[in-house]
Amino acid sequence: MNAIIVSALLGVIMMFCSWGIKSQKTQQSIALIGMFLLLLCNLAQLSGWFVINYDTKGMLAFTRFGLYVNTLFFAITFIYIWLNGEEIAKFANQAADFYALFFFILCGASILTSFDNLLMLFIGIEILSIPLYILTGSDKKNLFSNEASLKYFLMGSFSTGILLLGITFIYGATGSFHLAAPIIKPSTGLPQEQMILSAGLLLVFAAMNFKVSAAPFHFWTPDVYDGAPTVFTSFMATIVKAAGFIAFITIFNSQAKALGHSWELILTFVIIATLLVGNIVAVFQRSVKRMLAYSSIAQAGFMLFALYGKSTYANEGIILYAVVYSLATIGVFGVLIKMKENSFEAFNGLAKTHPLVAFVTTIFLFSLAGIPLTGGFFAKYYMLNALYAAGAGLWLIILAILFAAVSVFYYFKLVQAMYFAAGEPTINEVPKKYQYALLAIALLLLILGVFPTVLFNYLYF
Amino acid sequence: MLISFLLLPILTAILLLFIKDKKTATTTAIVGAMATLLLAVVATTTKVEAFDIAWLPSLHSRFVLQVDGLAKILILLTAISFPAILIATAKNEYKQQNKFLSLLLFTQAGLMGVFLAGDALLFYFFWELALIPVYFLCSIWGGDKRIAITFKFFIYTFLGSLFMLVGILYLNAHTADHSFSIQSFLHANLTGHQQVTAFALFFIAFAIKMPIFPLHTWQPDVYEQSPTAVTMVMSAVMVKMGLYGILRWLLPLFPIAFMAHTNVVVILSVFGILYASFIAIRQDDIKRLIAYSSIAHIGLMNAAIFSNTSIAIQGALLQLFSHGINVIGLWIVADVIEQQTGTRSMQQMGGLAKKQPILAILLVGFAFANIALPLTNAFVGEFLMFTGLFQFNPWIAAFAGVSVILAAIYTLNMVQKVAYGEISEKINTMHAPNKGAQAVLIILLIIVFVTGVYPQPLFTLTADTLQQLLVK
Repeated sequence: MNAIIVSALLGVIMMFCSWGIKSQKTQQSIALIGMFLLLLCNLAQLSGWFVINYDTKGMLAFTRFGLYVNTLFFAITFIYIWLNGEEIAKFANQAADFYALFFFILCGASILTSFDNLLMLFIGIEILSIPLYILTGSDKKNLFSNEASLKYFLMGSFSTGILLLGITFIYGATGSFHLAAPIIKPSTGLPQEQMILSAGLLLVFAAMNFKVSAAPFHFWTPDVYDGAPTVFTSFMATIVKAAGFIAFITIFNSQAKALGHSWELILTFVIIATLLVGNIVAVFQRSVKRMLAYSSIAQAGFMLFALYGKSTYANEGIILYAVVYSLATIGVFGVLIKMKENSFEAFNGLAKTHPLVAFVTTIFLFSLAGIPLTGGFFAKYYMLNALYAAGAGLWLIILAILFAAVSVFYYFKLVQAMYFAAGEPTINEVPKKYQYALLAIALLLLILGVFPTVLFNYLYF
Repeated sequence: MLISFLLLPILTAILLLFIKDKKTATTTAIVGAMATLLLAVVATTTKVEAFDIAWLPSLHSRFVLQVDGLAKILILLTAISFPAILIATAKNEYKQQNKFLSLLLFTQAGLMGVFLAGDALLFYFFWELALIPVYFLCSIWGGDKRIAITFKFFIYTFLGSLFMLVGILYLNAHTADHSFSIQSFLHANLTGHQQVTAFALFFIAFAIKMPIFPLHTWQPDVYEQSPTAVTMVMSAVMVKMGLYGILRWLLPLFPIAFMAHTNVVVILSVFGILYASFIAIRQDDIKRLIAYSSIAHIGLMNAAIFSNTSIAIQGALLQLFSHGINVIGLWIVADVIEQQTGTRSMQQMGGLAKKQPILAILLVGFAFANIALPLTNAFVGEFLMFTGLFQFNPWIAAFAGVSVILAAIYTLNMVQKVAYGEISEKINTMHAPNKGAQAVLIILLIIVFVTGVYPQPLFTLTADTLQQLLVK
């Protein structure tokens, strides 16, 4: 409860702070202080030290898992704002407006980590999505940004509509919005109710797939990620996606049983389609930004493994994956922001002119590819383990690693450009401070690559 | 103590990143590698406690380093190889020398980790870590076609190791305590069918790494395109990772599956031996010739291990060490010639014996070891392996035996072209090799003959491993 209230309040404060405070630097500092406060408030609830009690009539349920995920989201957003403050300021007269939107997004994310009622899910998703439409279109003079925003808005609205329809069906079948509503098992219940429930769940499934950009509902992703200002793509592809996944898992951990065995079949289909589309299409991209968009689809394919069945591996794995993937993606986009253009050729010879930038980019890419010593390796390992623990066939795991090998192909294309290709990189000046910030993120990934379990210590105690 | 096998190379490698001066960097690297060698000599001659600390408690994985005979012999080989390679190639100039040497020592740390790890996840970790520096070494400092070829190599081996990762995951799920330690893997009760699945997953990784036919296609290109120092590391030590994996994991863990596949693997290996030998005969590039000859030798070791007779495995254990020494010797001679004349084509060589008699004598010495003539170290190992193969199947042994004749053909052909005949234009430009390279070659040749005449210390070293493998 703390996080939801405080983030909403901070959003409002942030919105009005541009009246009195004109300096972009100060606005960034206020946002960072706000984010830190938010983090503290959430930790206060996590440790039970101070909790705002409000009877939500069972609409929200605060679990340790959800609160812990909140903490991580806030921490990553803190890093994100700290790194990208200057860049954000470029897109508006007042960056404070954008910071306000971030707080609203986090409010939506905190609802998504704690909802116990399908209506709250809907509200959470809406609060999360609407600021995103604005952020996507924030480069007002750029046609691609406008197009992306419109596209995202239209398709996003449709998917929300489908989500709502699904929720209605579920309500019709069970008479409740509660996640833990008595589930009609395939064997019992009236056939008609069973059918309506299944239909509802499938509609919710489709809508959630849209939100996390899983195939075959991924078509918006490349255009939107490409059109949106890089700095906001970075946020969209990380925190927002991770929040979507947490919600996705929460719904289907409790409701998947209603679909019986067909659940595994549907999910397997989506997993394979996502891995296939993301990885194969990414290989052929000429623009790094579009490659990263497809890679984010491919990564979503791996995160979907956590849905296959409940297990500690799935729970811990999704946390690790979300954190590692977010850090690495924020890092890569952080480098991409400094490039003058988005092509692979722009990175040619970066290792000679900017050795540190090239080095950290390599760490980020290794992590995305899942090479040992970076967090990405354990993230992938946990996911594969979750899949196996949930009883999936060995063939699916082997298929997944084949696609992981394909992903090496396009991530390493960038490494090759940086280290082995001759040429001058087309890069803007990278301040020393910025480089050290990137280095800090890379070090975090390396630490998680050797001791991934540090992340779970606070999950249980 | 065992942890210093990792720390020493890593710390030296990090230190090297800050040393810009080429001479100082080379000296530092050599000193670091010599220290590791000293450590290895102490570790192989004394009893060493295992290093065991908690690593990932929730995954039940521990950071365990331990040694037995098999590990000792490979650690000794790794520890000897690196200073030898560094000293012999000390005069070679690289751009950004300190980074080159640093990556080389990171590779050493990875290799040491592979041979020491007593925990499957840790093993996988080092298995990959040994690969990554090599990827950069070959791609930055290699020949003209380096980038595409190294990338092929990387994807090949990465895919292989991912299969092994699935195998580890699969076994982990079948152990009683869900740990990754080799002991609990040994006690996992697998049905025959499960063993075959896990066997296949592990074997792909090892087969690509060795490599055995038909997964060898990456190797000659990579050996040819890599800087020679890296080629030496790969052919002397890195290929042993595959054989080590078989002896450490496959043979003890999946005896049923192992028995079921002996025929297939032995026949593939023998086919690979003959295939590589025939190609080696046709080579004009001296580096490619040594590369193919190396495939043939590794194939023989693999066949010997899979024949699953104690005498053949004993031979293979010995040959793990001997092959490394011999092949480094050959590479160094080839490198000295290439550095001075700028050519690798044997047609342009000739008359080395007249121009540089000492180098020619050393070349002939290593060539004899490559053919496995009596008195050389390879003779002991190969004789045992052939004896074992004969017990396994006389026909197979006969076919594999042809490889000895073929080895004599291509090796002596090489000696003839390089050392004898009129002094060619290129060879005429040669001057005496530098003192370091010469000293290394002489020491290696001494090792060749000493272990050839008196191999008992190596037998003693590996006795415990052989015992364990046989008991299983």
